[in-house]
Amino acid sequence: MNELRGLTGRRKTTQRVMFGLFRLSAVINGAALAVIVYFLVVRGWRAISWTFLTQPPTDAMTKGGILPCIVGTVCLSLGAILMALPVGVASAIYLNEYARPGRLLRLVRLGINNLAGVPSVVFGLFGLAFFVVLLDMGVSILAGALTLGVLTLPVIIGSAEEALRAVPDTYREASLGLGATKWQTIRRVVLPAALPGIFTGAILGLSRAAGETAPIMFTAAVFYTPSLPSSIFDEIMALPYHIYVLATAGVDIEATRPLQYGTALVLIVLVMALNLGAIVYRARLQRRG
Amino acid sequence: MDKPLSMAIKNLNFYYGDFHALHDVSMEFYAHQVTALIGPSGCGKSTLLRCLNRMNDLIPCARAEGGVFLDNQNIYDPKVDVVTLRRRVGMVFQKPNPFPKTIFENVAYGLKVNGNKDKAFIADRVEKSLCQAALWEEVKDRIHESALSLSGGQQQRLCIARALAVKPEVVLMDEPASALDPIATQKIEELIQQLKESYTIIIVTHNMQQAARVSDITAFFYLGKLIEADDTKTLFTKPRLRRTEDYITGRFG
Repeated sequence: MNELRGLTGRRKTTQRVMFGLFRLSAVINGAALAVIVYFLVVRGWRAISWTFLTQPPTDAMTKGGILPCIVGTVCLSLGAILMALPVGVASAIYLNEYARPGRLLRLVRLGINNLAGVPSVVFGLFGLAFFVVLLDMGVSILAGALTLGVLTLPVIIGSAEEALRAVPDTYREASLGLGATKWQTIRRVVLPAALPGIFTGAILGLSRAAGETAPIMFTAAVFYTPSLPSSIFDEIMALPYHIYVLATAGVDIEATRPLQYGTALVLIVLVMALNLGAIVYRARLQRRG
Repeated sequence: MDKPLSMAIKNLNFYYGDFHALHDVSMEFYAHQVTALIGPSGCGKSTLLRCLNRMNDLIPCARAEGGVFLDNQNIYDPKVDVVTLRRRVGMVFQKPNPFPKTIFENVAYGLKVNGNKDKAFIADRVEKSLCQAALWEEVKDRIHESALSLSGGQQQRLCIARALAVKPEVVLMDEPASALDPIATQKIEELIQQLKESYTIIIVTHNMQQAARVSDITAFFYLGKLIEADDTKTLFTKPRLRRTEDYITGRFG
């Protein structure tokens, strides 16, 4: 009867220790986020007000609000997704549904992986040289959005491919067996089934694009604009760049500290809201499906 | 047999890469008859079935040599449009695989991809197909609900209705009841008997008793070769070859 007693002595202790370590890692994870958020809230909440969120900066940016930065970040992120989503999803469809295994496919995948590893400041210089100068877009929302779009592309392709792979092959078989072409199968069955996963990936890509500083530094964001943008060829202010500017080159760095933290708080709330939205949406889908 | 011919296979050899899966198979399928393909696991019966509507084309290293004929036309001829072929030769798979759409959309799918746009026509055809699959009474009040809310047996009948909606000439069934409980299995077997009046049915089954119950002609396969094909009653009571007898009496399999 001794065999039924279960884990005893050393084995049980080892298990407890290991689980304890895993729990500790998870706690460290959560704690890191909590510390960052706490820091920002404590130092920045005083700056948050209705004025802060809806008015442009005044007095050489030592007072006023960050409305143009919010507008700029929103425009850039949306622009980036608008460019990256169609191209990314189309690439993912090609890679997953049409491409034959072989040398070309391996090369394309290598390219995408390397694109994902390019440092963001290099993207910024690329955007400057290619979009701003060569294609003569000037420092503009367009150039910035395109640069951010290229940066977000590997993220979109990755999550779109994962979403497509998750669609069971049995659906494809059933569709083809009824006399549908490959494209009809993709358009009517595979893509609709993969859409939730693609959408989640898009939101995550969006939140990533919203927080990037280096790519927009040379291509779209400027120190100060007197008014809100009226066309895609305008320069704009942006949240991450605004933090950088106030903290390093502003008129009175110490006095504007609360504004810096306030801006950082707005940015992180924006990013976290997007990520949370994506997580909640995905959880709802998993429960339904 | 002086019944009209529906499909025929002549000297078919099939390869998965280097593996020789089907050896020189020749047989005939008669219209409005149920033909059962039986044999132990790995004998090639599913491979053969999937040759009949060229679903094996989806496998990259698969290769067919020989002739498979529908109405005296070799379906492996390069000029043949696979998409049209699959409308005329439909398939029901082993595990029910309805699309994550409504019941209506599932049955209408085949019609829509083949270019039908007439809403009234589609609605009528959907109803008729569900009636033919003995499912209409059970789902007529929830036809716009998700197909995934149906039970396993209902889902399989839905897949049958979906295949019937495009009015194929031949319906291929790959172990259609193996994933279902006995009651659902019985319903499917009754359905097959009703359907043969309008369609030619070729069914793969690993269940010998099912083959005996359901089919008019049975073909026994072993290791990729057609061993014996005959009228079902004859095959099961007076098989010509020793190996056939060994299989149906359960000496191996």
